[in-house]
Amino acid sequence: MPITMKELALEFDKKNPGITQGHRLCPGCGAPITAKFVLMVAKHLGYDPLVGVATGCLEVSTTIYPYTAWSIPYIHNAFENVSATVSGVETASRALKKWGKIPQDKRYAFIAFGGDGGTYDIGLQSLSGAVERGHNFLYVLYDNEGYMNTGNQRSGSTPPGAQTTTAPVGKVIPGKPQLKKNIVEIIAAHENVYAATVSLSDPVDFFNKVEKGLNFQGPAFLAAMSPCVRFWRVPESDTVKIARLAVESNYWPLYEVEKGVYRVTRKPKSFKPVEEFLKSQGRFRPLLSRPDADKIVGELQAYVDARWKRLLALEEATKDKPIRK
Amino acid sequence: MVTVAEKTRAKQALTGAEAVAYAMKQIEPHVVAAYPITPQTPIVEYFAQFVADGLVKTEMIPVESEHSAMSAVVGAAASGARAMTATSANGLALMHEVVYITASMRLPVVMPVVNRALSGPINIHCDHSDSMAERDSGWIQLYAENNQEAYELTVLAVRLAESKEVRLPVMVCLDGFILSHGVEPVEIYPDDQVKKFVGETKPSYPLLDTSHPVTYGPIDLYDYYFEHKRQQIEGMKGAKELFPVIAREFERSFGKKYDFVERYRTDDADCVIVALGSTNSTIKYAVDWMREEGQKVGLLKLWTFRPFPKEEIRKALDGKKAVVVLDRAASFGAEAPLYEAVKSSLYNAVHRPAMGSYIYGLGGRDIRPEDIRKAADDALKGKLNADEQMYLGLRE
Amino acid sequence: MAAKGWKEIPIGGTITEAGNAKEVKTGSWRVMRPIHDKNKCTSCMLCWLYCPDQAILQTQGHMDGINYDYCKGCGLCSSVCPAKAIEMKAETEFLE
Repeated sequence: MPITMKELALEFDKKNPGITQGHRLCPGCGAPITAKFVLMVAKHLGYDPLVGVATGCLEVSTTIYPYTAWSIPYIHNAFENVSATVSGVETASRALKKWGKIPQDKRYAFIAFGGDGGTYDIGLQSLSGAVERGHNFLYVLYDNEGYMNTGNQRSGSTPPGAQTTTAPVGKVIPGKPQLKKNIVEIIAAHENVYAATVSLSDPVDFFNKVEKGLNFQGPAFLAAMSPCVRFWRVPESDTVKIARLAVESNYWPLYEVEKGVYRVTRKPKSFKPVEEFLKSQGRFRPLLSRPDADKIVGELQAYVDARWKRLLALEEATKDKPIRK
Repeated sequence: MVTVAEKTRAKQALTGAEAVAYAMKQIEPHVVAAYPITPQTPIVEYFAQFVADGLVKTEMIPVESEHSAMSAVVGAAASGARAMTATSANGLALMHEVVYITASMRLPVVMPVVNRALSGPINIHCDHSDSMAERDSGWIQLYAENNQEAYELTVLAVRLAESKEVRLPVMVCLDGFILSHGVEPVEIYPDDQVKKFVGETKPSYPLLDTSHPVTYGPIDLYDYYFEHKRQQIEGMKGAKELFPVIAREFERSFGKKYDFVERYRTDDADCVIVALGSTNSTIKYAVDWMREEGQKVGLLKLWTFRPFPKEEIRKALDGKKAVVVLDRAASFGAEAPLYEAVKSSLYNAVHRPAMGSYIYGLGGRDIRPEDIRKAADDALKGKLNADEQMYLGLRE
Repeated sequence: MAAKGWKEIPIGGTITEAGNAKEVKTGSWRVMRPIHDKNKCTSCMLCWLYCPDQAILQTQGHMDGINYDYCKGCGLCSSVCPAKAIEMKAETEFLE
């Protein structure tokens, strides 16, 4: 039974999902919306959520001492180790249940939030280790395609040609040359995992995948398209519109991989050109005004198309054939 | 294989690693997260076997690096579990930022550190560069002279760390290979006595108590960081006050006496040698040797390096003719760490002794009684120069 | 709140008052203010769903209005509203 927005509205009209008002995230930021979605679903399903957050926008802006915008247990350790930290929390809960210090039927939801820094780059080892060990937790990546908390430095998630301070579009070099690292494939390759992309623009698909992730026995990973209104240079009110454009242009296809079985969860009849997604954001303006812009945009479009074909082929090839029991 | 002799308390031939692993078995922490590194590895291996055989209920996390080991321990300890790990050298260096965080979060973690030289070049043998590099981390640092002490200090550390007035993590340092792999007679105390001594952990603000949600690890701006650090300093003061109290209780339970320092034949000594770790056994031998020849030499062994026992050192050394400090670590560009600290303790001494600094044993370079005699000879012959760095066992 | 001394705060940097960020009234950030038109509103709940600062007031799925204590004026509510029931106006219009 898919969770509906109406159900959540009825449940959370006065109840707090776990993140409160009073945080200092930018007006229009995608990260608190992502966190809110995840926590509402967790509580709705009857879980008691705890969160670990990697250093980044979400962490810093919600916990400026002496204030905390979290009404649920929360831990921040360092930048690269949220997965290891949550591994410790999750293991402690099993140990303490074994020791009889916590009732056996207490249903925790261990949720780790990380931005692209703490997930794609510095946090990759810790995440991979936690997934390999099979801890029962949900990792939610709020992907804003750069180290935004510190002022827009490039990450492995930054798309080619996006303006960042450490891979700027200059006279000689047109910004970051590499395509975006495919984090969902990396995590899916661990095999014993549920991994999926989600977008704020498709809330029912989002809720559905949070539910699957939380109920999955073992590690689950959600990559959430989470636009940064500040450094993507878009109006504060356009967060959801940009997230929708990412999906509609096939820049951010919505799919899931469960123990090696691929399922594409949104199959539009046709896609908008990826250039429309790029044109909607100021961070691509320096790229698009260059003479070689067409070539770079063309490469991105070719990649996006090839990736789609591959996803459909994988969906066909792996149907009902999980690689792990 | 350890066999626990309930009544006779007979000694068994154990390596330091096995003795420490057995201490961990008796403590039976809720969670252990560890990554192997020579020469700590046998500790992890013995403990993993205890877990696999169901001899402990501990949940063991085979993390993928030491940074993750300490991170997982932080998560577990903040959750209200008793959590431990162990490491050496570059493993300790790799977890460095999280080591500081553990202390800043006031988590009562106990971690055996098997002292090994920091790279580079890579060297797997004993020196104190690894734990010295953590001396400002906010952890309590205890040093074991032999395997019996390594075993006992691990047990004692749990009580010290978890005390309300302290709530700081503790490093129990034991020399790599010399103690970790060397076989010595060790008396293992009965399980129930050890369990009674360490008691049950009383967590402070556990994460898993969802009815009282807490936030760990906020960001401090310039308006609060200083105050949080001041609290850590207070915790160390608490450790200084509480260590003798816990040591007395340990003596009542097990008959073994601990203090900040051990004075060995120092009362009428002309020259006192100061050192940390296993070298103290060799120094005791050298002291006895020189005493037989009528030379008045003594040893001031330090059990605690953090909190640093300034007053106890000053009391023991004020008025002595000469003091030689043996350091198994260097601090490039400054005086050797133990020497610097001991010298500083004597600032307010009524009669400051002549002092000499001797660096020895780096990267596992052997230290023999003859080497120690050389340093003591320099002292007795009035040849000490407080500002000159001397070396024992170095090829010039 | 006035800054406290080191003896007055819990050790370890721990914050023990859950959700006390609510004391920070981020409504003071506003440059644009959303104005809700009850007549056009269908209580579809999209604005409530998307508000990053949980500043939409609703009771059992019925839209009540905006919580101006926390509303930062980002305009997401206005942007997602299918009934065009929320209009963004300059905050200066509401200065006392």
